[in-house]
Amino acid sequence: MEHIRTTKVEQVKLLDRFSTSNKSLTGTLYLTATHLLFIDSHQKETWILHHHIASVEKLALTTSGCPLVIQCKNFRIVHFIVPRERDCHDIYNSLLQLSKQAKYEDLYAFSYNPKQNDSERLQGWQLIDLAEEYKRMGVPNSHWQLSDANREYKICETYPRELYVPRIASKPIIVGSSKFRSKGRFPVLSYYHQDKEAAICRCSQPLSGFSARCLEDEHLLQAVSKANPVNRYMYVMDTRPKLNAMANRAAGKGYENEDNYSNIRFQFVGIENIHVMRSSLQKLLEVSGTKGLSVNDFYSGLESSGWLRHIKAVMDAAIFLAKVLIEKDWISFGHKFSERCGHLDGDPKEVSPVFTQFLECVWHLTEQFPQAFEFNEAFLLQIHEHIHSCQFGNFLGNCQKEREELKLKEKTYSLWPFLLEDQKKYLNPLYSFKSQRFTVLEPNTVSFNFKFWRNMYHQFDRTLHPRQSVFNIIMNMNEQNKQLQKDIQDLESKIKRHKNKQTDGILTKELVHSVCPESPTLKTSLCFKEQTLLPVNDALRTIEGSSPADNRYSEYAEEFSKSEPAVVSLEYGVARMTC
Amino acid sequence: MEFAELIKTPRVDNVVLHRPFYPAVEGTLCLTGHHLILSSRQDNTEELWLLHSNIDAIDKRFVGSLGTIIIKCKDFRIIQLDIPGMEECLNIASSIEALSTLDSITLMYPFFYRPMFEVIEDGWHSFLPEQEFELYSSATSEWRLSYVNKEFAVCPSYPPIVIVPKSVDDEALRKVATFRHGGRFPVLSYYHKKNGMVIMRSGQPLTGTNGRRCKEDEKLINATLRAGKRGYIIDTRSLNVAQQARAKGGGFEQEAHYPQWRRIHKSIERYHILQESLIKFVEACNEQTHNMDRWLSKLEASNWLTHIKEILTTACLAAQCIDREGASVLIHGTEGIDSTLQVTSLAQIILEPRSRTIRGFEALTEREWLQAGHPFQQRCAQSAYCNSKQKWEAPVFLLFLDCVWQILRQFPCSFEFNEHFLIMLFEHAYASQFGTFLGNNESERCKLKLQQKTMSLWSWVNRPNELSKFTNPLFEANNLVIWPSVAPQSLQLWEGIFLRWNRTSKYLDEAYEEMVNIIEYNKELQAKVNILRRQLAELETEDGMQESP
Repeated sequence: MEHIRTTKVEQVKLLDRFSTSNKSLTGTLYLTATHLLFIDSHQKETWILHHHIASVEKLALTTSGCPLVIQCKNFRIVHFIVPRERDCHDIYNSLLQLSKQAKYEDLYAFSYNPKQNDSERLQGWQLIDLAEEYKRMGVPNSHWQLSDANREYKICETYPRELYVPRIASKPIIVGSSKFRSKGRFPVLSYYHQDKEAAICRCSQPLSGFSARCLEDEHLLQAVSKANPVNRYMYVMDTRPKLNAMANRAAGKGYENEDNYSNIRFQFVGIENIHVMRSSLQKLLEVSGTKGLSVNDFYSGLESSGWLRHIKAVMDAAIFLAKVLIEKDWISFGHKFSERCGHLDGDPKEVSPVFTQFLECVWHLTEQFPQAFEFNEAFLLQIHEHIHSCQFGNFLGNCQKEREELKLKEKTYSLWPFLLEDQKKYLNPLYSFKSQRFTVLEPNTVSFNFKFWRNMYHQFDRTLHPRQSVFNIIMNMNEQNKQLQKDIQDLESKIKRHKNKQTDGILTKELVHSVCPESPTLKTSLCFKEQTLLPVNDALRTIEGSSPADNRYSEYAEEFSKSEPAVVSLEYGVARMTC
Repeated sequence: MEFAELIKTPRVDNVVLHRPFYPAVEGTLCLTGHHLILSSRQDNTEELWLLHSNIDAIDKRFVGSLGTIIIKCKDFRIIQLDIPGMEECLNIASSIEALSTLDSITLMYPFFYRPMFEVIEDGWHSFLPEQEFELYSSATSEWRLSYVNKEFAVCPSYPPIVIVPKSVDDEALRKVATFRHGGRFPVLSYYHKKNGMVIMRSGQPLTGTNGRRCKEDEKLINATLRAGKRGYIIDTRSLNVAQQARAKGGGFEQEAHYPQWRRIHKSIERYHILQESLIKFVEACNEQTHNMDRWLSKLEASNWLTHIKEILTTACLAAQCIDREGASVLIHGTEGIDSTLQVTSLAQIILEPRSRTIRGFEALTEREWLQAGHPFQQRCAQSAYCNSKQKWEAPVFLLFLDCVWQILRQFPCSFEFNEHFLIMLFEHAYASQFGTFLGNNESERCKLKLQQKTMSLWSWVNRPNELSKFTNPLFEANNLVIWPSVAPQSLQLWEGIFLRWNRTSKYLDEAYEEMVNIIEYNKELQAKVNILRRQLAELETEDGMQESP
């Protein structure tokens, strides 16, 4: 609490983000240890978790007060006007401190207490077991085995303790290879396709420089190749643009020299590095946040940001990797979570939206294959929310070693049981679990399939979204159907009891017959109107908050309002949008 | 008959048909007066049955003696026919070309089509102006039907019956007609029952450079205002364009002469600009190999979504004037037959729940497009693959349908019809067996005797069998005004029209079916629960009677 000087400011204005005529709501701003809260005159609450704040900016004083712009990692952007500059300054300073904690121990996850006891907490952490995941894939088997080489994190700090490697790869080969790889990340198994006996392995770039080679590394790749006996060739996909890989040689890193590796084909797929991705997203958000945006500016901005181009590149390259479970592929294998998401105050260059990109790729798949995924969009958005919320321990720390050192499993809670508890919200009502058609998805990556993910990047800009959600209605209806099935069973058994009581000896055949009478349709439809049980959430069907003011049509007519220059000040536009 | 002369080779064997997402099929190609038919000989099924009038353009090329004809349709589909024999191929190509560009309307298929279905309700009489007016007359007595245009003499593009203010007589209407472009004097387009405000539409006033005025015109539109109230004139042209129009005898309402009206200029494009936009847009959608940057820049350069946004914004603005400002609106551009109708009809979609039902939308199409004199024959003569560049060809109606689709996307439960209904209307506006979209206005349709000689589209659509395909399973009547978002982030590419032939929709269709199943199952369960409840209640009362002394 030492950072908080002012806890409550009245008469604060919240500006409409897209209005060119400075429309606003007036209310009260509260600052708590974990959240910033705004309650407007209609008692509507806006909560902002401190950890979600990517940047806070104080703009130049205006006649109506001191503007404070807060950009969040979950793409919420709020623009307050605080009447007195002093208050604004206090809040600004507090938020700066609170949003950038210097120590892990100050993160919300370490104070968050969801009323779970220790065994529940432990269960939560055990929900996803990597060994179990590999078993599901059919590993270990005659080609792949568990290696204990990294048991003490001696070979590679950023890998987990348990790794799967080719059975014929000996420990000296592994150790040798790891010395030849950036940060010791030697090739390990990521995904095993049982039917085709094909494997996906993953490693970091070799420290080849211009000419260095490593026999152990060559042996290890040879072993990997042999562990995939069905395939004559092994492909090595380098996810970087070739130019980047070549440039890295000067730093003693680089890429494999084809001459030294037999039966291996190399391919560069051109996914840009984190710095390019970061600035790409930044540009995208600048464009989509422009007031009075025209269609042409939107599309030329979309193009020049390059964001969808990167998404397509990732999809093109990793078309089936996207199916791999989040826990396995991202958390256990050292995606540098803390740094990439900017939880702690550190090097801003290490912050990048790679995980956001992964979620977006999955979303694109769900758009093309609406029945192939058990989860829905809300699930993806919720995960994204918690990557930054620091409320749960899952996404803290940069690798398993660091996570163990932080004692996350004892001190924080796992997100997954909470998502599981709420799973009704995250289930896809159209999911077709019975069909095997979706074992391998073959997404179409023609450019026109890629769309701007409005529900992610404008998730807090209510006015941009459809006012009726087909998805919610179908989801509720699905739930209702389950309830109705139960009701029918109950009713049938009650009726049966009554009949038995009444007839006491009449043939059961007749009874069965009369329980399900063929009723005239006219009557049923009447009943349907008479009595609607458990109404499908009516609120969802009403047109929530659709108003012309929200949509600012008149701002598009010059005569209605003398529109002021619709520019976002550059300072504000290029703001330090981190993740 | 005439067609025989045009068909040099009526039949070719061993023709191979290539279509998107279907395996190639070999069969016999037949040309009739109105159709191109390909049937595979194996099971005698027709693989292709294409109206000549649906053909927008054809390309031919030869490799040795194997000819290939690429047929580009007005519904954006592209198919390919491989025809053995150079002579056959050339004959077929020239026949198709001739048959798809027949000059005379009376040679078109609707005049030859004999329906195979039973007509339950004759669509030609489904939406009579008198009936439409009755819907208003219960709410207001300030308006009347006028038969001043009975012989199409006052305004050739108006129907014989129009709705005008009661206080203005036919003589005044005749005078006003001489002051408005094409004789299109202001008429009622929509009456907002909630507050009595109205949308009127007309052609531009013919003020010319010397600022001509017309007292009757001023009187007519002022008659629609309540005492002390102001109205809005929405000119669908930019101020600049409107000013330029004066040089050609057109113009706009001067403040001095219309002090009770406030004029707003919007800028909705017309004619070839729209056609070129469509051509570019379809071209971009048809190219599978564009990289992301190229795709986005093509999308942008086509300007299609810009037009959508501009039209929607103007319609929303008109609706806002009516519903929120409580002011009446007069809408016009130059002629009042293109952008004007887009705006008046979309404003009604926003304001009027009835126009979001199937019948209501049909009535709207009939009233605000067909009877209001949108020249379908001219505008829909060619589509995205044409090279003719005629000024009068423009996808005005398709833009309207796209705007409706955008609103439908945003309010998916507020419309009784689904996307297929809109696609069907698009198809029939460009090529059809029905007479509904033939001709440019009521006057031409009368002369063609369409009612007697052709079948109405509505006769076919409004049969339960067809309706079931066009009904939105999520529909729940919603009596509110619906305000769509017009932000670029909210507007989408209409995949059902523009990507329809460019990618498979199998998974999306299956998901849609699953959704319908869930809804149907829900109804079934509800019905069953209700029956069981009643049964139980009966048993309980019987029990009660038995147990009671």
